[in-house]
Amino acid sequence: MTIHVPTSPAFKDNAHEALRDPALQRALGNVESGFIAKRRKAADKLPEFEALRDAARDIKNHTLAHLDLYLEAYEKRVTEAGGHVHFAPTADNARKIVIDICKRVGARTIAKGKSMISEEIDLNGHLEAAGVTPVETDLGEYIIQLRGERPSHIVAPVIHLNRDQIEENFRAAHEGLPEDRDLSAPESLLAEARAMLRKKFLAADVGMTGANFLVAETGTSVVVTNEGNGDLSQTLPKVHIVLASIEKLVPTLDDVSQMLRVLARSATGQDITVYTTFSTGPRREADVDGPGEYHVILLDNGRSSMLGGEFREMLRCIRCAACMNHCPVYHAVGGHAYGWVYPGPMGSVLSPSLIGVDKAGHLPNASTFCGRCESVCPVRIPLPKLMRHWREKEFERHLSPATVRSGLKVWSFFARRPGLYRFATRIGMRALALAGRGKGRFASLPLAGGWTGTRDFAAPQGDTFQAQWRARAGR
Amino acid sequence: MAHAHEPKPRVGLFATCLVDLIRPSIGFAAAKLIEESGCEVVVPSQTCCGQPAFNSGDRATARALALQAIDAFQGVDYVVAPSGSCAGQLKKHYPELFAGEPDLARRAEAFSEKVYELVSFLVDVRGVSAVKARFDGAVTYHDSCAGLRELGIKTQPRKLLDSVEGLTVCEMKDPDVCCGFGGTFSVKYGEISDAIVSKKIENISASNAPTLLAGDLGCLMNMAGKLQRLGRPVKARHVAEVLAGMGDEPAIGEPARR
Repeated sequence: MTIHVPTSPAFKDNAHEALRDPALQRALGNVESGFIAKRRKAADKLPEFEALRDAARDIKNHTLAHLDLYLEAYEKRVTEAGGHVHFAPTADNARKIVIDICKRVGARTIAKGKSMISEEIDLNGHLEAAGVTPVETDLGEYIIQLRGERPSHIVAPVIHLNRDQIEENFRAAHEGLPEDRDLSAPESLLAEARAMLRKKFLAADVGMTGANFLVAETGTSVVVTNEGNGDLSQTLPKVHIVLASIEKLVPTLDDVSQMLRVLARSATGQDITVYTTFSTGPRREADVDGPGEYHVILLDNGRSSMLGGEFREMLRCIRCAACMNHCPVYHAVGGHAYGWVYPGPMGSVLSPSLIGVDKAGHLPNASTFCGRCESVCPVRIPLPKLMRHWREKEFERHLSPATVRSGLKVWSFFARRPGLYRFATRIGMRALALAGRGKGRFASLPLAGGWTGTRDFAAPQGDTFQAQWRARAGR
Repeated sequence: MAHAHEPKPRVGLFATCLVDLIRPSIGFAAAKLIEESGCEVVVPSQTCCGQPAFNSGDRATARALALQAIDAFQGVDYVVAPSGSCAGQLKKHYPELFAGEPDLARRAEAFSEKVYELVSFLVDVRGVSAVKARFDGAVTYHDSCAGLRELGIKTQPRKLLDSVEGLTVCEMKDPDVCCGFGGTFSVKYGEISDAIVSKKIENISASNAPTLLAGDLGCLMNMAGKLQRLGRPVKARHVAEVLAGMGDEPAIGEPARR
């Protein structure tokens, strides 16, 4: 059993390791070469794509402004359809609700579709402790589970791995897999996993899925997958549990269809995912299949307190991962370096809200603010602005490093006194220019080791611009 | 841009602290280009736009420096900076700093409306479509992030570069991807910054252009510093220097000829 502790406080060490991991660096090349071009192509093909992004933003804003009403309406519809809605204020509450259901129906195994909320509440370790075996049925999640890892990406959980590493895991874990079976094509790995998983679907007592959207109008949960495992997880077992967070609500089915038009395009560059599965309540009398029980667990875990504050816009996120797919920092260090469930720019805003900025404080700082994330976000979340809000909170609470604070203090003392600044910088730059005159640059500089450890630093040309300008103008 | 009969617009040149301290030749190149577009140039006493404080979460200092700059640039028709990053701070972020304070916000808005990045000012405001300059050889152009995404600067520098005699632009792969500078990020997360700039350097080298141009000195110092550490022969210059016909200055981080 593994209970995961956030390693976000060690972000710098994690990043250091990641940068020196050749297998990881090889795998990360796929993020840049794969997702970006596909999203661009899908977006370019659809003339109304930018307008759809506005519409998606507006739908989410409207829902969040009336979230209490939509949650009530949703609960009413689910109940009318014969399902049960459980509100879980905390991760602990949510885990207890799942485990209680499993115990009540005597479940020994639970087949799980991919769910980031399950990762957020670290469900698997707790299920195992309670004697219930979780079986991940999404191929990526299945591999992660074999390896005892967490996903490194919210859409492609094993983007940090190469095919040969996965083959190794399968050969170690799958008893009876002939040594001479050729697994060199990705399809053969998929077939191998599919054969293993089919047995587990049939044996599972409870099926669990996440939700991409919850529809207030109908009490429906919507899951998108490319493998169809979501369908099997929710139709084969006798109990279906939907595990979702409260901001997944949208008002109507029309809204869902609008959101779906931006989701897959932003995520994988597909027009739409292979499967889009709608489920509403348990099996009805005339239905040929479906679960006997239908439960929805709605997790808050700090989200309702985000609603009233400056991070509210983050609740628009539909987990497409476009932000991390386009992030130069994510490209460099991968998802595990971020140290908790949500990596990349969306994680750098969300993680401090969920586990505390004291633990996740590095994340919103480890950004160049290049703005590429915001430029591709399907619901137009101003991610750099929200990361900056976290930096402000850290500064207010004296959580930013002492060196940064004292450096800022000295710099701001001069910057706020233009006369003194011009005088001091003139002397300083003349001295530096003299010191750097031979080479025109410095290979090392005191207090700038973070830069000069790997890069030269250009020496000043000489006198400052302001001094030269005034000298030329005769002032 | 023939405004011969009208009084010349007065442009306050916001040199930016890096240009002021490290590479004044960019300031003189900017002044020359602005004057040639039919404007008068003044250089009010100035320090920094405050972006390092703003992006470090020190809002109080960012506000103080914003008010200082707004005061210093009263009485000009335009405020022009040879940097997309600093111009973005002045234009996009100053009003944010005073949201909810109507009097200050109005002043910040009025100031922001006058602010432009140098090359977009020349092309979009002054209607400049060609410069009188010569630069022999191929260049590759890096789109700095703030200029590109906050201010929409992409075609303007390429348009003016096309008019430089003897110059050809060889586009690199991913010219719009961050160089890893990110202001204080480059020092606070030096290792990651280095990993990002290392990829950039490969794209720059693969373009086969012997000269790298960009509109932001911070990014240029980062890329030049890495090119030089690796012993690559590419020379880095600010686009304004080339457009102003001042491309014979020693390149960034290169020693003065003696």
